[in-house]
Amino acid sequence: MDLVAAVLDGILLGGLYSLFASGLSLIFGVMRLVNIAHGDLIVLSAFIALVVTTHLGVHPLVSLVLVVPLMGLLGYGLQRGIFNRTLSGDILRPVLVAFGLSVLLQNALLQIFSADSRRLQAGNLETLHIDLPAGIGVGVLPCLMFVVALVIISGLQLLLYHTELGRAFRCVSDDQETAQLMGINNAHLFGLAMALSLAIVSVAGVFLGIRTNFDPSIGPTRLIFAFEAIIIGGLGDLWGTLVGGVILGVAQTLGARVSPGYQILAGHLVFLAILTLRPHGFFAKIR
Amino acid sequence: MQSNGPLLETRGLTAFYGDSQALFGIDFRIERNETVAIIGSNGAGKSTLLKSIIGLVRAKAEAIYFDGKDIGGNPVYRIVAQGISLVPEGRCLFPSLSVEENLSIGGYSKRPGPWNLEAVYAAFPMLKEKRKVAATALSGGQQQMVAIGRALMANPQLLLCDEISLGLAPVIIKELYAHLERITANGTTLIVVDQDINQAMAVSDRVYCVREGRVVLEGRPPDLGREEVTKAYFGM
Repeated sequence: MDLVAAVLDGILLGGLYSLFASGLSLIFGVMRLVNIAHGDLIVLSAFIALVVTTHLGVHPLVSLVLVVPLMGLLGYGLQRGIFNRTLSGDILRPVLVAFGLSVLLQNALLQIFSADSRRLQAGNLETLHIDLPAGIGVGVLPCLMFVVALVIISGLQLLLYHTELGRAFRCVSDDQETAQLMGINNAHLFGLAMALSLAIVSVAGVFLGIRTNFDPSIGPTRLIFAFEAIIIGGLGDLWGTLVGGVILGVAQTLGARVSPGYQILAGHLVFLAILTLRPHGFFAKIR
Repeated sequence: MQSNGPLLETRGLTAFYGDSQALFGIDFRIERNETVAIIGSNGAGKSTLLKSIIGLVRAKAEAIYFDGKDIGGNPVYRIVAQGISLVPEGRCLFPSLSVEENLSIGGYSKRPGPWNLEAVYAAFPMLKEKRKVAATALSGGQQQMVAIGRALMANPQLLLCDEISLGLAPVIIKELYAHLERITANGTTLIVVDQDINQAMAVSDRVYCVREGRVVLEGRPPDLGREEVTKAYFGM
């Protein structure tokens, strides 16, 4: 029964990973930008939530009311102010700039918040359990994360395939020059995509901060989890990203059952195995 | 609010790709409801001229006037919003969008006017049957109709068509030009670029011949002798 519980935990953890991944996937899809700073932006939003919760004394989930729009604005500004200037031509330039941003964010957070581990205090949400038959219990928090991931991915899917903004995103993704001929202001659209990405990131960041300890240095590992979820699922498919996140999550929780030290390693090994056997992932739309 | 001058005018328009100059002082104008053809051989600068008008190739300020307003150097999306649409060479449909989505995105700028999905389907009935199909799964001629319909969805005052007959069968080309004629009859001003001189001269009120980035001949088709055109086209 322990095994069933571990798999269940892994599936729910996959929700969090798909939240990490969907923002990254969106940005890559719309403007072919590999945002190396994505993980650090997740950590940044956790720290912003920390400041909000300690100063206003609100629950971390309530802090999202402030953190989501803040990160969205930051995303729009970041895109129009920095990334848009790097996007023409060479694909290496935006990657380098994102890498620079990642270093800058880590050091700025270190300077302001020190290297101490922090946690967002979510009261009894951290310990609440739902008891399932056969003595298995699942945490309310992981369930909530998974449901939120489902809602966000469905929402993104709806946005992309059933709204004018989503249609514009897909146009720009197909052909940036012709998109302009439709009257689309690409710079503005890229800004909106980054705003949306960081709004999702902030939800992921707050959940991360409630679930585990965080400090300024953990961003790059989250970036790798996000990458792995995307690659396993297949580039360009959001539901695939959820499946990728779940596979990664299950691999990690099963690895942790063997020995706590194997948790991260098991995830990477499964990722490598899938990359070898199915290099395009399971549901790839982009090859 | 309409100005009385030409709908579009370029004054000494120059264009550059990096260090190499593609247009050397083009003076071009088109009146309202006129159809003008731009002819010239490969690399003469025809497409560059269209791209400069729509803003894809950056023009200098005061080089292009549309409806009396200086649009030189404006970003493409502003120019589209003011009423110019381009049907790009090679159609450039969006492969991940269906026929209907390709058409709808053409109306992104929300310019008011007679064209909407229904009007486009009325003009090109076969597109309605294929509206759910991926745009790039259509035949070449049908794809070109989508490209034209997509440009019309922006309700342009001035429609630019770049090589719409490229790679299509003569019977399809005839059909496309018949469609264009109906469209211009509704009051849309049209610039066509075509390598097929006869086709271009047949549909247009006036012709510009461009060679090596300069206008070498301009006139009404009936007034131009065959020899004169050939000489301007080939430069010998």
